[in-house]
Amino acid sequence: MNLRTPLGRVRGHGSAKEGTHHWWLQRISAVALVPLSIAFVVLLIKVTGADHDDAVATLGHPFGAGVAILFIFTAFYHLRLGLQVVIEDYVHGPAAKITMLLTNTFGCVVFGLACIMAVLKLAFGG
Amino acid sequence: MKADNLGVHDMSDAQRPLSPHLGIYQWQVTMASSILHRATGVGLGGGLLVLAWWLIAAASGADYYEMVSGWLTSIIGRLVLLAFTWALFYHLCNGIRHLFWDIGKGYDVVTATRSAWIVVGASVVLTLVAWIAAYAG
Repeated sequence: MNLRTPLGRVRGHGSAKEGTHHWWLQRISAVALVPLSIAFVVLLIKVTGADHDDAVATLGHPFGAGVAILFIFTAFYHLRLGLQVVIEDYVHGPAAKITMLLTNTFGCVVFGLACIMAVLKLAFGG
Repeated sequence: MKADNLGVHDMSDAQRPLSPHLGIYQWQVTMASSILHRATGVGLGGGLLVLAWWLIAAASGADYYEMVSGWLTSIIGRLVLLAFTWALFYHLCNGIRHLFWDIGKGYDVVTATRSAWIVVGASVVLTLVAWIAAYAG
């Protein structure tokens, strides 16, 4: 005997309505990366051949550090989403898949944060 | 009783039409661009690791920075950086091509083929422009 109504029994069993969420986040980061990656390439062109003092001055300048941090954050975010899809497409064993998905997420956070810390040190550290 | 009599087919014996295998396709630029988009995307992950190494070197001091610069400006280092530069521009240009598809434009075969070649050309030109700007400046 079940006193719940038919509507009450089916609620919550359908789609989570999040099917396009991952796709959408990847497009947002992709659009952001169009100007950011061009700006970052200009920054790299400026420091090509520079000695340490000049490189630190360019990367530590508010403009350089700002471009670098925005690019690094968005690029690692976009990389995490993209590698996730690649892993989901090609790795099917549950243990290997979960391990690689976690490694992807942790790796992107760790290396992204390491890059940002390095830039912050160049901007603020003596 | 045979399985067929129950309306159940033995999957392993059935002569089902198979999805065309990759091996029978003639190579087309649109296939290559799809594969290259994914390959350059994964490759650029490696590029970000090199970037992390270089930025940490810059933050660690002049000695370590000069050592890393030495590696990156060696012949092999420059070839790797040249490959990363092209991969970045390829993924960027083809990503813009994808964004046009996302708003429903450029799906017909002629346009998709043309835009695939434009991306190849643009990525090579932008790579050359960036390297000339970097070393002529």
